[in-house]
Amino acid sequence: MKAAIITFPGSNCDRDLADAFAKAGAEVVRVWHKDTALPSGVDVIGVPGGFSYGDYLRCGAIASRSPIGQAVADFAAKGGYVIGICNGFQVLTEMGLLPGALMRNASLKFVCKPVTLKVATTDSAFTAPYAKGAEVVFPVAHHDGNYTIDAEGLKALQGEDRVAFRYAQNPNGSVDDIAGVLSANRRVLGMMPHPERAVEAQQGGTDGAALFRALSGMLAQA
Amino acid sequence: MKARVHVMLKDGVLDPQGEAVRHALGHLGFSGVEAVRQGKVIELDLAATDKAAAEAEVKAMCEKLLANTVIEKYTIEIA
Repeated sequence: MKAAIITFPGSNCDRDLADAFAKAGAEVVRVWHKDTALPSGVDVIGVPGGFSYGDYLRCGAIASRSPIGQAVADFAAKGGYVIGICNGFQVLTEMGLLPGALMRNASLKFVCKPVTLKVATTDSAFTAPYAKGAEVVFPVAHHDGNYTIDAEGLKALQGEDRVAFRYAQNPNGSVDDIAGVLSANRRVLGMMPHPERAVEAQQGGTDGAALFRALSGMLAQA
Repeated sequence: MKARVHVMLKDGVLDPQGEAVRHALGHLGFSGVEAVRQGKVIELDLAATDKAAAEAEVKAMCEKLLANTVIEKYTIEIA
């Protein structure tokens, strides 16, 4: 299984994400934002957290239109697996691969702490290893994680079982406590909390390891 | 030719920053402020000389990059 991790200027979780995939048994390739094509044989793309392009204009806006952006969109359109975490989630919504948008936290404060999430669906390669309703602890670290979507879009997400994770205690004002959402084909996941920061005991918890192991294992069989 | 784009959150989308500004104004004694909405202004210098063409081009820029139309609306002034 080959995972491609994208690095934009200002990405700061790209190495953590690469490590999480490598630890789960994936072959990891690193991709620079100026690249216009992905390496061959990529099974999953990881769009990491950070502050791509200094959060200029809107979080994730410039990154989503960067040279590698089109390759990521094409990969997803062909049914490829993509996980976007934190700023990566913002990038995926800006690309239109996921619905909705991430706004400034309702508290206006940067939140940086471990949070408890509830697994809202197990019907995806990312969440299959967890039990529905199970609680996992992943860290959050963001200023703009307040997920918003219009009423119709929210109804679609709920009706199609596309909410991947919900906050047990909402840290940012997100509608319906949403922490992560899936695309219509369930192969693109965007989430604000950081599962890649919860894969080793030294990080304070290992609840995220199963996500990367499941993804690596499932795609290795495919 | 110059263009000025105003980007604002759509009506109905809660603006936490505008709310914070409203509270701060209240603390400063400006008691009559009922609502604050914060947006951004983007100025562009364009090579185009035709107003209609410039406006169409800036509209495309807004749709593709300058505004996130999921949550934002925009207006364009050409001068």
